[in-house]
Amino acid sequence: MSVRVFVPRDAAALSVGADAVAKAIAARPGVSVVRNGSRGMLWLEPLVEVETPAGRIAYGPVDAADVAGLFDAGFLQGGAHRLNLGKTEDIPYFKKQERLGFARVGVIDPLSLAEYEAHGGWRGLTAALGKSGAQIVDDVTKSGLRGRGGAAFPTGIKWKTVHDTAAAQKYIVCNADEGDSGTFADRMVMEGDPFLLIEGMLIAGIAVGATRGYIYLRSEYPDAERTLVAALELARSAGYLGDNVRGSGKAFHLEVRRGAGAYICGEETALLESLEGRRGIVRYRPPVPAVQGLFAKPTALNNVLTFISVPAILEHGPQFYQDYGVGRSRGTLAFQLAGNLKHGGLVEKAFGVTLRELLYDYGGGSASGRPIRAVQVGGPLGAYLKESQFDTPMDYEAFAAQNALVGHGGLVAFDDTVDMAKMARYAMEFCAIESCGKCTPCRIGSTRGVEVIDRLVAGDRRELQLGLLKDLCETMTDASLCALGGLTPYPVRSALEHFPEDFGRS
Amino acid sequence: MPENDAVERAIAENLSREGALLPILHAVQDALGYIPPESLSRIANALNISNAEVHGVVTFYHDFRTAPAGRHVVKVCRAEACQARGSDALAEHAKAALGVDFKETRADGGVTLEPVYCLGNCALGPSVLLDGRLVGRVTPERFERLVQEEMPRL
Repeated sequence: MSVRVFVPRDAAALSVGADAVAKAIAARPGVSVVRNGSRGMLWLEPLVEVETPAGRIAYGPVDAADVAGLFDAGFLQGGAHRLNLGKTEDIPYFKKQERLGFARVGVIDPLSLAEYEAHGGWRGLTAALGKSGAQIVDDVTKSGLRGRGGAAFPTGIKWKTVHDTAAAQKYIVCNADEGDSGTFADRMVMEGDPFLLIEGMLIAGIAVGATRGYIYLRSEYPDAERTLVAALELARSAGYLGDNVRGSGKAFHLEVRRGAGAYICGEETALLESLEGRRGIVRYRPPVPAVQGLFAKPTALNNVLTFISVPAILEHGPQFYQDYGVGRSRGTLAFQLAGNLKHGGLVEKAFGVTLRELLYDYGGGSASGRPIRAVQVGGPLGAYLKESQFDTPMDYEAFAAQNALVGHGGLVAFDDTVDMAKMARYAMEFCAIESCGKCTPCRIGSTRGVEVIDRLVAGDRRELQLGLLKDLCETMTDASLCALGGLTPYPVRSALEHFPEDFGRS
Repeated sequence: MPENDAVERAIAENLSREGALLPILHAVQDALGYIPPESLSRIANALNISNAEVHGVVTFYHDFRTAPAGRHVVKVCRAEACQARGSDALAEHAKAALGVDFKETRADGGVTLEPVYCLGNCALGPSVLLDGRLVGRVTPERFERLVQEEMPRL
């Protein structure tokens, strides 16, 4: 009997040598290597697990050069070794999480339909196939699920609009253009549990009456693309996709489309333009995509994390999901701990956990050992928060009250060597690089913003520059069509407000 | 002309798809490494759209290139999470070590250096993409080793 050893195929694990580790382990007798997703404890990658009668024992971070020593230490029996971390599920970072969407990620072979099913897969779909579209929409509405891409719009209300809009063809589109720095949850679930995304999109299709779906995936994720393409083929062969989904008489066709390196295509209307084969230029709203979306047809367009939340809601009922969270932020969010943190990784928790808990209890403080000075939450368009704000609970409304965003749940920590004027300048520069060019405040304002910050830092007529920058931020906020121009002022203003000492002196 | 064959194949394999232009352009670039400017009118004809529309799309997206890249392509992440882990120093080091600036190909055609904004490896930065392969925790020293191991003829 060979012992099963798990070596992740997640891109983060691959980036630090997981393939070489897998190869070295597979060369040994009595071993069968399973390439799983990542458990999300990324600082321990490559994290190798051995299946023993007592449970899965973790070792990490493992280098290919450690493999011989591991075997000498009785690794296949869970033997003691300096890299032995004990049972994976007892590691506090992992144990304290509330994993709903990420329950299977890192546990199963992502491309095994048998394991997906054995670990509770397809139960949401089975429940959905026994309901009417309106009933499914009602369940999703009652669960309190809000769009996880950043805007936090109630998913059930969006789906109801698509459901109630009559059309011969409707679409489901998944926004997998996860371009925000500090975010990797979409990637991890697509690489670690791709059938879950397929199941969520299938349920959406049944709910709103759509028979075609697209996953718009950023080109920076080639590993996720390979996994998704393979998973779609397996799902087709097993009858989960096609003209007659599991004999239900309902059709659903799904394919992956690769983006081409434009951050703006994470904005939903630019994404639709791109899917239609055009430049990713933002559209005017209304009409909203739920009424006129892809090819002007009603389209349920949601983020990866939104779709993957749906199967559990159908399986356990809306109350189950509603029971997690605080205020109007219900359920869990997959927080991504990134940047200068000792223990970077993925933490799925109910809303209400504080920023401080995530940074210190999970993140372990800064990787450099210096004090954490600033944290950007919610990607390049999210605000920078300072130490006195770290007790803010992760909750859409509590963050809005701080002039900040939860966004896609990414946290990027900086230690006290950070120059916040440089970060503010970068926010404007990034906006200039990625602007689609449709709105003047975004296209030109971002370039003028870089120049004003440069003059401010140089001490050139400080009061004048401060007034100009404030005015510019207001114009961008009020007069841009989409979130890129509209939210770029968040990091700029928050840096200026919380860290004025970095912006030069007159 | 192998270029023409690749373009015809890219068109034939994708023409029936909804919104076929991006899949066609990706297929051409996957096959040839770039999108030959002379192929744009052929693609436009096949899709019954104007040359200007195809040109507009090719030039809008950062990924598409209309001239061959160097033998190796190195992309260094410049986004916030990697900045928080020292990517600015890595970027300067990479420019000096490779002898090119961002968005440049070295005169001998050996290497192209490009910025990239997030590779989704934000807990293990600084990250680089070396000929399509993601590498994390790239210190300047590790970068040196990578160059020696992966690009020995550089």
